[in-house]
Amino acid sequence: MIAPTGPILNVKKLNVSYRTETGYTDAVRNVSFTLGREKLGIVGESGSGKSTVGRALMRLLPSARITAERMDFEGTPLLALKEKQMLDIRGRRMSMILQDPKFSLNPIRRVGDQVAESYLIHFKCSKAEARAKAMSMLEAVQIRDPERVYNLYPHEVSGGMGQRIMIAMMLLTDPDLVIADEPTSALDVTVRLQVLNILDTLVSERGIGLIMISHDLNLVRNFCDRVLIMYAGQVVESLKASELGKAQHPYTLGLLAAQPRIGGSRAPLSVLDRQAAWETPLEAVQ
Amino acid sequence: MTQTAMTTKTAPGGLAFMMPVFNIIRFLLRSPTSAFSLVIIGALILLAILAPLLATHDPYLQDLTNVLQPPNGAHIFGTDELGRDIYSRLIYGTRITLTIIGLVTITVGPIGLAVGTAAGYVGGMFDTVLMRITDIFLSFPSLILSLAFVAALGPSLNNAIIAIALTSWPPIARLARAETLTFRSSDYIAAARLQGASPVRIIVHSIVPMCLPSVMIRLTLNMATVILTAAGLGFLGLGAQPPMPEWGAMIATGRRYMLDSWWLVAFPGVAILLVSLAFNLLGDGLRDALDPKQMNRR
Amino acid sequence: MTISAGGNAGAQASSAMHHRALKVRSFGGHLVSILVTLFGLLVLTFVIGRMMPADPVRAIVGEDATPDTYRMMYERLGLDRPIWEQFFRYLGDVLTGNFGVAIRTGQPVINDILHVMPATIEMATFAIVIGACLGIPLGVLAAVNKDKWVDHVVRVFSLMGHSMPIFWTGMIGLLVFYAALGWVGGSGRMSGFYIGMIRGPTGFLLIDSLIAGEWDIFYSALNHLILPASLLGYSSSAYITRMTRSFMLDQLNQEYITTARVKGLSQRDTIWKHAFINIRVQLVTIVALSYGGLLEGAVLIETVFAWPGFGQYLTNNLLIGDMNAVMTCVLIVGLIFIGLNVLSDVLYRVFDPRTR
Repeated sequence: MIAPTGPILNVKKLNVSYRTETGYTDAVRNVSFTLGREKLGIVGESGSGKSTVGRALMRLLPSARITAERMDFEGTPLLALKEKQMLDIRGRRMSMILQDPKFSLNPIRRVGDQVAESYLIHFKCSKAEARAKAMSMLEAVQIRDPERVYNLYPHEVSGGMGQRIMIAMMLLTDPDLVIADEPTSALDVTVRLQVLNILDTLVSERGIGLIMISHDLNLVRNFCDRVLIMYAGQVVESLKASELGKAQHPYTLGLLAAQPRIGGSRAPLSVLDRQAAWETPLEAVQ
Repeated sequence: MTQTAMTTKTAPGGLAFMMPVFNIIRFLLRSPTSAFSLVIIGALILLAILAPLLATHDPYLQDLTNVLQPPNGAHIFGTDELGRDIYSRLIYGTRITLTIIGLVTITVGPIGLAVGTAAGYVGGMFDTVLMRITDIFLSFPSLILSLAFVAALGPSLNNAIIAIALTSWPPIARLARAETLTFRSSDYIAAARLQGASPVRIIVHSIVPMCLPSVMIRLTLNMATVILTAAGLGFLGLGAQPPMPEWGAMIATGRRYMLDSWWLVAFPGVAILLVSLAFNLLGDGLRDALDPKQMNRR
Repeated sequence: MTISAGGNAGAQASSAMHHRALKVRSFGGHLVSILVTLFGLLVLTFVIGRMMPADPVRAIVGEDATPDTYRMMYERLGLDRPIWEQFFRYLGDVLTGNFGVAIRTGQPVINDILHVMPATIEMATFAIVIGACLGIPLGVLAAVNKDKWVDHVVRVFSLMGHSMPIFWTGMIGLLVFYAALGWVGGSGRMSGFYIGMIRGPTGFLLIDSLIAGEWDIFYSALNHLILPASLLGYSSSAYITRMTRSFMLDQLNQEYITTARVKGLSQRDTIWKHAFINIRVQLVTIVALSYGGLLEGAVLIETVFAWPGFGQYLTNNLLIGDMNAVMTCVLIVGLIFIGLNVLSDVLYRVFDPRTR
């Protein structure tokens, strides 16, 4: 059903802007990238527009103006779709893992029902079938006692468990693209790795394209194939994760220099020296 | 971000302290509903001040040869069962309405603020007792409690005002207390305390100003309730007594002639509705104007 | 917390309510605070009834009673006793259900109230159903379309209901729909022709006439009920609308709404299947409290519609200065309010999984 050769995403000159009293303010400027069956990291500090890119791809920014020369998902121009057509893509072929399960799960519905709902929305089947699907997916995210967990409410599960439920919910329909928006930032450090590994395994097994949005350069470096560095709404640099050491842009270099390293120099870490020039519009980096 | 339209422009010289007020009014005028409310309230005040000039007749002057006249050239809103000019009575009625609103507000605001901030700042038993008392008052719809007070005090306009004031301070106190609790533990209060400021000083100088915006909004919304309660009391014969041109009482007497002479009840009712609506809309607009979250968004 | 359909319901009080409702107290502490409030209620009604200028003796014996008769009644009411003794006597009377005799009817006040209550409950129930059916969808609509023209129209419409003097709207309603158009019945609970024909088991005319199989009376009762109940409902819908809107806005800003959208739910399903179910419990609370607030409107609208209910009973006794009957009515309203408060807290505990 999908062309296995072409890229999953092809984005060219994506702009997102919000209406203000004085006109439009850009949140994302001229962002271009392509995504194949790989793991792409988008790194930037808060306010750099990285989350906005993710939500713009899902077309979930009702008050924003989204324009792009091209925003194709498996050959379909997303911006040309009607909202109704978008509903068939969202959650079915493209889904998103949100940051904090404490807020991203509906507090008064059983978590299992929320997972099953993902399936019910897109497939004609009985509630029992959806329940069985959800149950096996809960198992796939290494929840030991899915029968019990299925009937819990969100406030009764831990953060790590909640995020695994979120992953189950978003991968249940076998999408081609998953956007993970800071999927481990809200979790305890001890369970981060576990959740990441589960996500990694599932994504690799199923050949899903993944966009990992994060502020954590180390995490992205270890986890992703390719990295986009964003600053002030623009992609300032794009390179392979393994080649991060060869970064050119002063912002990336600054970020790297600010990372503490075990066994490294004990001198005070360098602090970013921001330059206004980084904010001036760039030509799109491919 | 929190100071956008409110304080962007600096005022020339001595008018500086008035600037926030001007800015709020400017903000209100931007929304059609708030602008409407300002116009109505402005008109109400003007009518009350200029009543002797604007009234075409003496509001108390009976003319038994000319009773229950429908609206016409001489009496634009018609005449009542005693031949009095309804338009003139409505105009003079604005004075009664404004008196009620004004007296209730200037008693209820300070009392509510004092009780609420003191309870919130002092805390402990003092707080518990005061809040229990407000709870008891709040266990009644305001009109029912006012009715009880007026029944005990005897029906008259003054007693109606007292009764309304007695029943409307508790919500203000509750609100002021809730606000105080959010400020009580903040650093600037601690700083004032460390400098040796007395509790009274801290409450008056540091807490009351912080509570003022929300209390003002509440008082404005409360004015609409006050008007309705006063009119309701007047309608039941427990508020302003005849021959005072109070709008609720006018409706009550007009009720007997309603089927043939609709103008006896229609005009006073529209007046009550308009004024009450204006205060509700103003309160609503003020909430937008004084809410920093809202300011950011715009 | 005050909720009155008439107008007391600013968003400040309401948000305080909202927070209070979320913070569910321990049951023991709750019980104590209810008891304290009840006691305070009795103190307040006692103080208003006995210590204010109104003269209870004069109201009973009449204006031209001899000084001897006056003194006899004075002593019989125990007014010569110290004030604290009077209070404990009052307390004992209330606890044993002895609320005294109404001057106007010569019946025990409590019997009178039980007799008139069904008429008011019937109207209030009808009104609250109308208010909720109007207010909740409008509130959701306004929240979803925040700051768009729909929101503004709903805001003005609901503030209008908040601002209208209900006794006046009632009269205009009678003029238009009864006198001019003849669509509805006039004053009273049914046409004069039928009065006394139904002595039902419940006192609710709609139910009693159905039990008796009297369709004409049922129709007549419905015809008389619809106008006052609609007006009362509209005035209470104002508050329900505003609260629904603000609850809904809270929910729509939550992250789980994004989750639902990401899953591919349409905006409509997201609103009703995710956001709305989260405010259901809060809405039940609001509706329960508005129900108490309807009593305020009932006092006025019953006067206009000559509705033989609680409100009319209260005003009739007010006008003849029967303070004992009046204060009993006030006490009953307070009790109903407290009861509804307790009920809404209980509903919270039962229906919200987080408080279980």
